Amino acid sequence: MRLAVENVDGERGGELVFSGVSFALDAGRALLVTGPNGAGKSTLLRIVAGLLPAAAGAVTFAGGAEAFPDAKAACHYLGHPNGMKAALTVEENLAFWRDFLGEQRLSPLEALEMVGLGEIGHLPFGYLSTGQRRRTAIARLLISYRPVWLLDEPTAGLDHASEARFSELMRAHLSDGGIIVAATHLPLGLEGAEELRMGAI
Amino acid sequence: MNEKAVRRWTDIANPTRFLELAGSLLPWIWGAALLTLGAGLFMAFAAPEDYQQGTTVRIMYIHVPFAWLAMLCYTMMAASALGTLVWRHPLADVSLKSAAPIGAVFTALALATGSIWGKPMWGTWWVWDARLTSVFVLFLMYLGIIALTRALDEPSRSARAAAILTLVGFINIPIIKFSVDWWNTLHQPASVFRLDGPTIDPSMLWPLLICAIGFTLLFLALHLMAMRTEIWRRRVIAMRRLSARAAEMKPVEAAR
Amino acid sequence: MLALYLRDVKLGFRAGSGALTGVLFFLAVVTVIPFGVGPDLNLLARIGPAILWIGALLASLLGLDRLFQADREDGSLDLLLGAQDRHMLALTVLVKCLAHWTTAVLPLVIVTPLLGLFMNVPPIGLAAAMLTLLIGTPAITFIGAVGAALTVALPRGGLLVSVIILPLTIPVLIFGVAASRGAVAEPDPFLPPFLILSALTLFFAVIGPAAAALSLRGAAD
Repeated sequence: MRLAVENVDGERGGELVFSGVSFALDAGRALLVTGPNGAGKSTLLRIVAGLLPAAAGAVTFAGGAEAFPDAKAACHYLGHPNGMKAALTVEENLAFWRDFLGEQRLSPLEALEMVGLGEIGHLPFGYLSTGQRRRTAIARLLISYRPVWLLDEPTAGLDHASEARFSELMRAHLSDGGIIVAATHLPLGLEGAEELRMGAI
Repeated sequence: MNEKAVRRWTDIANPTRFLELAGSLLPWIWGAALLTLGAGLFMAFAAPEDYQQGTTVRIMYIHVPFAWLAMLCYTMMAASALGTLVWRHPLADVSLKSAAPIGAVFTALALATGSIWGKPMWGTWWVWDARLTSVFVLFLMYLGIIALTRALDEPSRSARAAAILTLVGFINIPIIKFSVDWWNTLHQPASVFRLDGPTIDPSMLWPLLICAIGFTLLFLALHLMAMRTEIWRRRVIAMRRLSARAAEMKPVEAAR
Repeated sequence: MLALYLRDVKLGFRAGSGALTGVLFFLAVVTVIPFGVGPDLNLLARIGPAILWIGALLASLLGLDRLFQADREDGSLDLLLGAQDRHMLALTVLVKCLAHWTTAVLPLVIVTPLLGLFMNVPPIGLAAAMLTLLIGTPAITFIGAVGAALTVALPRGGLLVSVIILPLTIPVLIFGVAASRGAVAEPDPFLPPFLILSALTLFFAVIGPAAAALSLRGAAD
């Protein structure tokens, strides 16, 4: 499997934010995207996820077989918001995404235990703290399988223990043959990850 | 030969070339419009009176062209909408956005002149029959498109949204055209664009057609002017953005 | 798909997100009109079906802007868009529309007979109004989805959605009222306007979600 980004330009609000970005990742590889605020890290991730059209260039994904024909189908996108509904319980939220996204690997309860939230699955999502909400969003990545993880500030709001646990989950995903592209200010504990620095003037 | 034609077409797609071309064509179009309109209106006053309606029938010579233009403008906007969505022509969005207010005004004028004509003829300023209702709905649609494009100020997003809305509303145009045939309406049935040919007498038909052509040329001139204004407006916005960014960079250099 | 429908219905009923407000607005419109028009019962009975339709139309337009905005705010819309090759986006939109209709508009339809009594509408008129609203209001939701999708990025897009959508809902209103009146007033037919109303709903069931999907795809930023 191979995720390739070729000469991509990114626009936000009609203005060019970055241009000529290229990288390629094979299975088991990770890329850290760093840079100051406004450099276009989130825009780049959204372009790779297929949520924004690239102003120029192309994003390709090969080797995903029928289940993951292109980059959009092959990605789990974890953006700044968590994608969960406050009025539903944690388990209901995850059960919905399991049904909607398909390709189930873990049950909601198993995924919650892997992120340390095994006991509070029955609580409404709105009652959770910031860190617990982020961990629920991370649990979504574990329930349905996607080869590529696009993470935008994944550890925002997490304490050290949770960060460490998340690094383990990322390493497990990589050794399973997955690909990770993460935009972050903080070190994520991934050795051997390439780095893409954006926004250098 | 074909290649040259294709290249001329894509040249116009370039806004700068379009500005040049429009600028050089405009005086001619204005001239032609004023000449044709002048001739048409003269012929309109010289044309015979209607045996029933007397001299008020002369409103027809501006009312009907206004109504035709209201529909023509929307059809042109729908074509521009296709240009935006399907071919991504860079000027298609400019064309749509600048035509909307012109179309709205022509529709309003059609409704107003029709109303003025209707009062002595039908005895009422307004009636909710199929033709008037559907033209009024067309007017509301124009206003909706204008509201949408003003609300989404970033051109790329508003282009797509306006195009989709225009296309969804296009269903109204055939309804307007055929409303007088499908329903029992107070408005008279079609007398010019019919399968069996026009039923209107040539002494009235010719002034009507000349007026229609004159107003169409007027519309073309107004539309080209509006497109140029819109292109210039977007350039001003882009230049302002650039100067804001340049000012952001400057303190870094000053600090050195 | 069923999961999406059930989730949205659950949210609609649990979060108190406007279902009750819609019914109250409907009630407000229907009770204000007799104050304005006067208590002449015959007049009210004649215009009753129309008032019910107008009230239902306005109340349906109320909640439409929230159709996609809630999902956009918490990031769910991105995920729904991302799953496009698994679930056709137009189908996703259709299911969301149906869920929205179930929680926000169906209560209005159920309350209609009660409100019709305020206006002395005869029983057959009540039944006709309820049936035409049942068949016709989905059309308003479907075409409203286009407006909601076009304005999803605007913070206060609610009024704009109503302005954009209103011209397109006028045919639905016309035929809905014609059918309701046809059931009551003898010479007027009931079946032809009713069938056209059904056709409109089916037509908008295709056009609405398709156009909304097209516009959502371009709006993700």
